[in-house]
Amino acid sequence: MPALPSFVPYLIHTLFPPWVRRPTEIGAEVMMVAGGAFIVYWLLKYKKLQWLWNEWLTTVDHKKIGIMYLVAAIIMLARGGLDALMLRTNLALPTAHFIGASEYNEVFTTHGTIMVFFMGMPLIFALFNVVVPLQIGSRDVAFPRLNAISFWLFAFAAALFNLSFVVGGSPNAGWTAYPPLTELAFNHTVGENYYFISLLMTGIGTTITGINFLVTILRMRAPGMTLMKMPLFTWATLNTSALILFAFPPFTIALLESLLDRLAATSFFTLSHGGMPMMYVNLFWLFGHPEVYILVLPAFGVFSEVVATFSRKKLFGYPSMVLSMTAIMVLAYGTWVHHFFTMGAGPAVNVFFGLSTMLIAIPTGVKVFNWILTMWGGRVQFTTPMLYFLAMIPTFVIGGATGVMLGAVPADYQFHNSYFVIAHFHEVLIGGTVFGLLAGVYYWWPKMFGYKLNDRQGKWAFWLFAGGFWPTFIPQYWLGLEGMTRRMYTYPLGMGWHTLNVISTIGGFIMGAGFLVLAANVLYSRRHQEKDLTGDAWDGRTLEWSIPSPAPEYNFAVIPTVDERDWWWQEKERRRQGEKPVVVKPEEIRPIAIPKNTPVPILLGAAFFMGAFGLVFSWWDIALAGLVAVFSILIYSWFQYDHYRILSAGEVRESEELLGRLGA
Amino acid sequence: MRTWAKRVALALGLVAVMAGCGGPHAVVLNPAGPVGRIELNLMDVAAVAMAAVILFVLVLATLAVVRFRDRKGNKAPYTPNVEGHKVLEVLWFIIPALILTIIGIPTVQDTYALAKVPAKHPLVIDVTSLDWKWLFEYPGQKVATVNQLVMPAGQPVLFKITSDAPMNTFWIPQLGGMEYAMPGRVLPLWLESYKPGAYWGHSGQFSGREFEKMFFSVKAVTPTAFSAWAANLRKTAPAMTVADYHRLLQFTTVGHLSYSSYPAFTFPSVTHGFTLKGGMYLLMHNNPVHD
Ligand code: HEM
Ligand SMILES: [Cu+2]
Ligand SMILES: [Cu+2]
Repeated sequence: MPALPSFVPYLIHTLFPPWVRRPTEIGAEVMMVAGGAFIVYWLLKYKKLQWLWNEWLTTVDHKKIGIMYLVAAIIMLARGGLDALMLRTNLALPTAHFIGASEYNEVFTTHGTIMVFFMGMPLIFALFNVVVPLQIGSRDVAFPRLNAISFWLFAFAAALFNLSFVVGGSPNAGWTAYPPLTELAFNHTVGENYYFISLLMTGIGTTITGINFLVTILRMRAPGMTLMKMPLFTWATLNTSALILFAFPPFTIALLESLLDRLAATSFFTLSHGGMPMMYVNLFWLFGHPEVYILVLPAFGVFSEVVATFSRKKLFGYPSMVLSMTAIMVLAYGTWVHHFFTMGAGPAVNVFFGLSTMLIAIPTGVKVFNWILTMWGGRVQFTTPMLYFLAMIPTFVIGGATGVMLGAVPADYQFHNSYFVIAHFHEVLIGGTVFGLLAGVYYWWPKMFGYKLNDRQGKWAFWLFAGGFWPTFIPQYWLGLEGMTRRMYTYPLGMGWHTLNVISTIGGFIMGAGFLVLAANVLYSRRHQEKDLTGDAWDGRTLEWSIPSPAPEYNFAVIPTVDERDWWWQEKERRRQGEKPVVVKPEEIRPIAIPKNTPVPILLGAAFFMGAFGLVFSWWDIALAGLVAVFSILIYSWFQYDHYRILSAGEVRESEELLGRLGA
Repeated sequence: MRTWAKRVALALGLVAVMAGCGGPHAVVLNPAGPVGRIELNLMDVAAVAMAAVILFVLVLATLAVVRFRDRKGNKAPYTPNVEGHKVLEVLWFIIPALILTIIGIPTVQDTYALAKVPAKHPLVIDVTSLDWKWLFEYPGQKVATVNQLVMPAGQPVLFKITSDAPMNTFWIPQLGGMEYAMPGRVLPLWLESYKPGAYWGHSGQFSGREFEKMFFSVKAVTPTAFSAWAANLRKTAPAMTVADYHRLLQFTTVGHLSYSSYPAFTFPSVTHGFTLKGGMYLLMHNNPVHD
């Protein structure tokens, strides 16, 4: 180790190189330090540390893990959104230099990466965690502790990725990170290390989550609930998990090999030693195309629940909904080459993947038609979640239609890498995924917290967000036709691109305002919204609405037998007709085993973080220490046998009594 | 408050004025050669078919929402227990499949058509993307240019595209679609300009800090003017030395340059290749060009 005097400047130079000392970075540093200090102050002042540790940081309860995912996703949405506004501001006028080229390149890279991996993924996991066990009548997921480990791997990975902005430097090769641009020869800062390592970390968590929900859904459904009686959101989770299971391995390999190329001088993709960059592109999209469906299938699931609930009618065409979703899951593995039709694969390969791409539009279309016919003959209520559903129809259908145009191979030769593609995927990702997940958040909010989000404010946020969406992205189709290629930090005068860019930027800020109203809505509703004492805030149809909001830690005092679709709706129907009342019979209550809190997951995440941080800077001693820490924690946890505590029948009875659920 | 309103009005007026100059810039919609024309025709087919779908969906959705909204006194039938409709559900699969066939058939035809250069011995231009500039070498004419492409009009030109830097895509939107410039591979692309004209090109694939500067100018001239231009370059321009090429490899941007000759190793052939940074001998795969 070098002597102290030379060691300190080395550290400062490495951790805080000039490119993290620009005004925006310093602003972020100040905000991070101030925010951190405030949180610590608040926790100490109100003596909340113990509470935080016991109730949240060490929890393995799926409902709380879901809420933590939600909080993280909203914070990341703010960061990714700020990135987007910086990009849009720079593009508003030709030859503008609000931020320079280097910074722009970093910001679009972090924007894409954060939105996909640190906003989209945790948001779908938030809904999986909160909803799926309740929808299938289960007391938790199959592996509660692994579930917490997944969360903490994600959370520390997200922290690591965001740290790159202020320590060492951000990645700058796009969310797709193609070599050779990520090779050391072209990219000597630590930014790409951050990218590869943090995605590897969160990828481990994601893969585990996929397995966890596959097992949960296949093994832990309430008696009577056959596969074809599962609610559609559960089906979506099942299909998404199946996509995760086989899509993430190629990605993990691509990330690991890129990282080794950088840190260990291997040459998987490094050309100067015989590597093949195109191999990376194949591996990336072999993951990347399924990934876009990983993000959208859960939204499909949400829409299916929302449209049935707020049309007060059964979902139209349940079997064809299941069939089309499963078809999408299978077909999603067979279209990846459409992301590089222009890489010289030859006409036979291109035609094959062009047609497979069009094929996947068919089941997607089937879903849209069935949703619309669900409203037909119903009674459509314009609640905030339903508004997001209605706004999705035009955006997602146009986005899907332009996707088909992109699948027409020779047409894609012109569209590829232009703003046309940017418009396409923001239409499906915002108009499909984000609208869907926001609908889901509004819809299940009362289940999570026991009160609805304020509907008036929700609608304000909706109109700003969905209204800002159109001016932001529709002009970008035209910009693509005007030849504007993606990822340019600025553009010359005289291309005729300025008008549409101005409009797009204005739209972006309107969407930003929508996000602010949404955030305000969350804060306001916490104080001012009325408690929902029924547990069934929307007059819902599925199992989760049959228990109190928020659900008690054991979820179901007695697990019901579910022998039909929309079981809760039918149950309420029977009750209206004076048949068997829905109450928990005290004599049926049995003792319940509850998984115990454990510090293992958060410690494991911290150990991974330490090792990963060491790897980013090639500080091998720290990396090794992290590895040792990871294994020590694993070994420690192997020798813990006592995972459950027992809630006696009496305790459950007492709790149900308090919730007013013990009928005669 | 007054000034505020004035400013908004001014801004809106400005936007309206600027909106006037959107049309003629849509280069993709104004193709100047057969490749872009074929691609535009396919886009049109796809756009029309998709517009029909979009229209149908939107009308159906609007009808459903308007007719069945939850309102006191709504007389529309309420059928909460309808689960589906076998015929309709099957139709949902069949009709989109038919519409996609309308797009699929020309897609297949055009993909194959564009894979073949429609000429026995087309003029060849070797294209190399560098950080952050384009190098054009004319093996028939033995001259080279940087960031300015000159090509004969009225005949297909075969571009052989590679990169001695990170990936880029070679794109002249008004002439036709793009193709990747990848280190270690040479990919073919043919384009033609019907008539003499001036266009521009840009890279589509992000390639690092000064990616935005990957613009190049394109001039299509008559074949005689092309020969004359090359002959003139051979007389007046300097020769590209090995040192010149290595200077071009550096992370810089430059304006337009021309050379009367260039070292042979700077572009890979079937038996002889180079690696990133022109460093090491390596056998490369040349993509077979259908000619
Ligand atoms: C109707 C179904 C769809 C079709 C036919 C389709 C087709 C395509 C095609 C052909 C491309 C490649 C364009 C290019 O780079 O030249 C593409 C890009 C993309 N699509 Fe789709 N798509 C569909 C739906 C979706 C959905 C549902 C999502 C996500 C929710 C999505 C997200 C994306 C993304 C993120 C990209 C660009 C990735 C990048 O280059 O950074 N697409 N799509
Ligand atoms: Cu974006
Ligand atoms: Cu794709």
